[in-house]
Formats: sequence, structure tokens, C-alpha cells
Amino acid sequence: MNLKELGNKKIRLSPGHRLCPGCAAPIIAKLALLATDYDVVVANATGCLEVSTTIYPYTAWRVPWIHNAFENAAATISGVETAYRVLKKQGKIKKDIKFLVFGGDGGTYDIGLQSLSAAIERGHDFLYICYDNEAYMNTGIQRSSATPFGASTTTDPATDKKPGKMEFRKDLTEVIAAHHIPYAAQASIGFLNDYLMKVKKGLETKGPAFINVISPCPLGWKTDPSKTVEISKLAVETNFWPLFEVEHDKWTLNYDPGENKKPLMEWIKVQGRYKHLLKPENKWVVDKAQAEVDRRFELIKRRCELDKDQ
Amino acid sequence: MTSMLKNRKVLSGAHAAAEAMRQIDPDVVAVYPITPQTPIAMKFADYVNEGKVHTEMIRVESEHSAMSACVGSSAAGARTMTATSSNGLALMTEIVYIASSTRLPIVMNLADRALSGPINIHGDHSDAMLVRDSGWIILASENAQDVYENTIMAVKIAEDKRVLLPVMILQDGFITSHSAETMYTFDDETVKKFVGEYNPKYSLLRTDNPITMGPLDLFDYYFEHKRQQVEAMDNAKKVIKEVFSNFSKLTGKTYNYFEGYKTEDADFIIVAMNSSVGTAKFVADKFREKGVKAGVLKIRVFRPFMDEEVVEKLKNAKAVAVLDRAASFGSHGGPIFHDVRSAFYESDKKPKMLNYIYGLGGRELSVELLNKVFNDLIEFDGGKSMNQVQYLGVRD
Ligand SMILES: Cc1ncc(C[n+]2csc(CCOP(=O)(O)OP(=O)(O)O)c2C)c(N)n1
Ligand code: SF4
Ligand SMILES: [Mg+2]
Repeated sequence: MNLKELGNKKIRLSPGHRLCPGCAAPIIAKLALLATDYDVVVANATGCLEVSTTIYPYTAWRVPWIHNAFENAAATISGVETAYRVLKKQGKIKKDIKFLVFGGDGGTYDIGLQSLSAAIERGHDFLYICYDNEAYMNTGIQRSSATPFGASTTTDPATDKKPGKMEFRKDLTEVIAAHHIPYAAQASIGFLNDYLMKVKKGLETKGPAFINVISPCPLGWKTDPSKTVEISKLAVETNFWPLFEVEHDKWTLNYDPGENKKPLMEWIKVQGRYKHLLKPENKWVVDKAQAEVDRRFELIKRRCELDKDQ
Repeated sequence: MTSMLKNRKVLSGAHAAAEAMRQIDPDVVAVYPITPQTPIAMKFADYVNEGKVHTEMIRVESEHSAMSACVGSSAAGARTMTATSSNGLALMTEIVYIASSTRLPIVMNLADRALSGPINIHGDHSDAMLVRDSGWIILASENAQDVYENTIMAVKIAEDKRVLLPVMILQDGFITSHSAETMYTFDDETVKKFVGEYNPKYSLLRTDNPITMGPLDLFDYYFEHKRQQVEAMDNAKKVIKEVFSNFSKLTGKTYNYFEGYKTEDADFIIVAMNSSVGTAKFVADKFREKGVKAGVLKIRVFRPFMDEEVVEKLKNAKAVAVLDRAASFGSHGGPIFHDVRSAFYESDKKPKMLNYIYGLGGRELSVELLNKVFNDLIEFDGGKSMNQVQYLGVRD
């Protein structure tokens, strides 16, 4: 699918929503809906995307959409999808419908992990897309388990005594892959075709599918709103956010910058949440972050190489 | 009148609920195990795996997800049921409120069990009282027969277009849920005909008419939506009456919000909910034999609470004892007492009233204790001063 073809398709998440300018979340959602021609039903966890697209009496969604609570989007879609299967068996529903979930990192890595894990284990047929902006943005940029090492958030702020979060982020995509899920992937809107391909695959997959998408947040990351796509790309080019797929336990690396790998500093320096890391006394934080990014990339790469000839 | 309750069975309250569910044959059941609810889920799972129902069962990983999946399923237009107890209800409470606010006619059996802590598995009403104000219609059951009948009626009440609210059916954990009793059931066809097909006006699966469910609703509309919910509960008062009357045609019995047992001429009345009603009736009979005009008022519908009806049924008594199987910490008496006493505020005619907190954590309510209650009422009426709120069967 090329951009031109996309441009001719019906947009199913309308403009007029109230997400911040340059926010990646609505781009991630809109593109996902453009990537498929199926009828879809969307469930949305509480968070920026949900509150900003549906302020009653308005809605930006041109597809059936449900928000239940923060931690239960996967359980909610389990109910919707099960209802669909029963009603289809009874002949009350004729057409094919796909089920899509959008949740933020808070609603996915943290409070909603239990319900997501269980929905995957039960094998419901749905695609869960996590838009990972690496903090609880809707409530004011608080730390989540997706917040990266060294980033400043409002519940773990950078001060003279502590340079922001001192724990490494959770690797949720790997946690999900460990469910032996039919399809799990990591994506970025900086790599458009790769993302669209993954959404298509996720929706075609019979059973649960999961895509984790890095989601720049100009407000929380203190980034230039016009640079959202570039920053999404930078996440991949620095190996901070590797693009990979796991299909029935077969791991594939979709992009390896190799020699052209950019230093993590390039990713850090364009984001105000890392501003304190530019100070000389915090160089050790950058070094430690870089070492962990490299280590984790190598782990994924090694895993993908093992599976290469399968 | 001939009753269609033709099949004599020996069933526990839990199995009576499962039997009603089998005959209702809902589209989706999402459920998580907790004592004493488990025999409902296990029995129903047998029916599912034996192919006796067409239901899809979602064996969720928590009660929170049970109610969450029920919300999704009901929003997608499927007839949806679940069951729980105690901590399970507490865990799902967030979504219990969302279910009623989203106006989803989910039906849930609750085998009442004391809330933690300390942890306890036996029956009291603290779990039900936790969700008293959640906007669910709440039906109470004296025994397995009531559980069975209430569950079937619940479907009709919940799905009525004027109502569209979820319904919870209470039964006492263990006392009712695990004791086998002789009871009578309908033929499958009778239940099928009574509940009919579920055809909701809106569904997430109508992709040609997309709807947004569960939007952000701020100060400019939230209040109106809550007001509509209050109205739905008011409408339920009428609809419940209609359903009672239609159901009467099948059973030959009469149903009411508050069902009096020898209350018409009674001087002394015990107001109770769930299994204690049965014990209280037995004790009232003993007092009748002694020439005391004793009676029992059974609560069948706890929410909506019909003030006028309770006043009508109690106003001619000399003294009334309200039994509460739950404490309401820091307030004067238990939750049912609050409702009953408040209902009398405008009434010119009112009986003297005592409140008894009893049976917490499953503590037995013996005949002796209820003897004391009737004796108290007699003495209280005779002018003896007494604490208005008392604790029945507790060591001091
Ligand atoms: C049970 C519960 N706890 C807390 C909240 C408050 N809350 C709403 S959205 C949110 C953060 C959402 O973070 P995330 O999932 O990352 O989405 P984002 O806002 O970043 O898009 C929080 C903490 C809530 N709504 N429900
Ligand atoms: S706070 Fe961040 S995630 Fe939320 S709308 Fe604004 S840019 Fe998007
Ligand atoms: Mg977030």
C-alpha cells in the first residue's frame, strides 16, 4: 500500500479531536484503521486517546467504539468478540468483523497487563495496539514501567539529587511474545510501510495479535510537535526501539541500522524530558542508558538470527 | 390456578441459579471462581461442555475481567450473565458501576459472603451493601425456589426498554447456596417463552450504524445522564410490578416488593432479607401459637426500594424489628434499617422500631435469638427502654 492509495481511503478517525498538536497517538490509530478494509469494532483503554476523541456529545470515531475503564480494554474486547462469535453462529450477524484495541503504556504495561495477558491466553481473536508514550500522559506525565531510564516524569522528576527514573523500562513486547502468541511486533510510524504491514498481519492473524508502537508525546517528552515522525524514526535508528516481529515464536528483525546506528544521544538531545542528561555530571546516565540499549538490541538480534532459517 | 412449576427437584440455591441459567440459555457467561459462588459456575460449565446450552463461557482471570467482559458482551448485543461473591464483587465494583451507567441489562447471581477482612467465606450481606448504590436492581431470595424464580424474572426486568439496567439476585452464601431443598422448576419451553429473544436497539456489532459507548462525559452532561439513570430505576418500579404479574400467571403465586407473612393484623413484625426470612416465619408461627400477633416482612426487591410499600405493610404494627446482616460503620444502625426508618419520616402513623445487626461472617441466626427479638418488641411496646440498635448473637 502506498501513500496515494491511503489518501483515497475513508478516514475512520475524524479530525476535530482534542489531542495535542503533533501527538502520535491519533496518527497511530488513524493509520491502523486505514490499513484495513474490514469492518472493525474498537475498544479503548482510558488515556489521552480515549478522553480526547470522545468528549460527549462529540465523537471522532466513525467505527463502533467502546471505552469501559483503564485496566480492562482486553477483557472488554474479549466480551465483544465472544458475543460476535455466538451471534454469528446463531446467524444474527452475517459479516466479518475485526476487533481492535488501543491502549496507552499505562493501560497496557501496568494496570491492564493482567487482563491483556489473560485475553491472549484465552485466544480471543483481536489485535491490541499499544501506543507507548512512555508515561501516564493523560494524568500529567507520571512514571510508568515503560518510562525509559534517565527520563524525568512528574512522579520521578530529575533533580540535583536524582537524574530522573533509575530503572530500565519493561520490555513488554517480549513479555507478550512469551505467551507464544500468534503475532507480536514492535513498530514505529517513522517506518510507515512496516507499520501498515504489521497492522494488516495482526488483523489477518487468527487469534490474538499485539503491536507495540512508540508514540512521541510533544507535551510529555517536551519535543517539537512538528518532529513527531522524525523522532519516531530516531527511536528505531538508535536501536532504542527495535523493529521486530514474532510470528508463532519465530523472531524476525525488520530493521538493523548496522554501521549506521545513531548514538542514543541523538534521541536524548531532542527531548526536554532528558534535558538534565546533557549536564556533564550526568554523563554516566547516558552511558548506562546507551549500554542497556545496545545490550537489549543484541539480545533481540541474536534471537532473530537463531530463527532466521526456520 | 394451576402452576407451571411442575418439576419437583432437590437443588441447592447455587444449583437453582445454574438451572435457571441453563433454561435462560444466555449468549455469554463470563465468570471467575469464588466460594460460595463456585457451584453456580461449575454446574453451568457442565452444561456448556455437555452442549446443553448454546452459551459461550469466558473463563476469565479475575472478577474485574468477568464484569469487564460482560460489559463488552452486553454492549455487543448478547444476553449476558455472571455470578460472584464477596471479594469478587468488591474487585469488580468499578465495573459494576460502569455496567449500570452504560445501561447494560446484565444479570448476576450473588451468593452473599462477608467481605474481608478478616477473610471469611460465610454468608452476610456486606458484599451486597457495598454495591447498594451502584444503580443495579437488587432482588433478594429466601430460598432456592426464590433464586430460581428471581433469576428468570431478572432477565425480563433488565431487558425492558423502559429499564435497561443490570439486575443482581442475592442468596445467602452456604445457608442457601449449599443447602439442598425441595423445589419446583418449569419446563425448558416455559422459560424460553417467558424470557423471549433479546433484540437490543443498539449494538457495537452494527458496523453500519457505529456508536460510541463510554465517552468522556463532563459537567455539561454527566448530571443529566445520572438523572436518566435515576429515572430508569423509577421506571423499574412499574416494570417489576408488570413482570411479577406476568410471572404470577405461570406460578399461581403472588410477588411483591415486600411480601408480608401474617403481617396484615400483626402487632409485631420482623423485617428481613434472604434466608433469615424462613427462620423468622417459623418463629412468628410459634408466637402466634402463644397468642401473640407476630408477622414477618420479606424483602424481595431491595433496589429500587419502595418506601410507600414498606410503610403500607408496617404502619399498623405496634413495634417492628429490622434485621441487618451487615454493619454500617459510624452510622446509626444497619443499611436496611436506614431505609425502613427513613421511609416513615413523613408518615403520621409509625410503629416503634428496633434494629438488630446479626449474622456477620455467617454467625448462625438461631430460633432462640429470634425469640428474643419478638420478646424485645413486646417489652419495648410495653414501655421498656432499649437501645434502638442492638447486636444479636455476638459476645460482648
Ligand atoms: C483505576 C484507575 N486508576 C487511575 C486512573 C487515572 N488515569 C486515567 S488515564 C491514566 C494514565 C493513562 O496512561 P497511559 O495508559 O499511558 O495513556 P496516556 O494517557 O499516556 O495516553 C490514569 C493514571 C483511572 N482512570 N482508573
Ligand atoms: S499529552 Fe501527549 S499523549 Fe496526550 S494528547 Fe498531548 S501529546 Fe498526545
Ligand atoms: Mg502513556
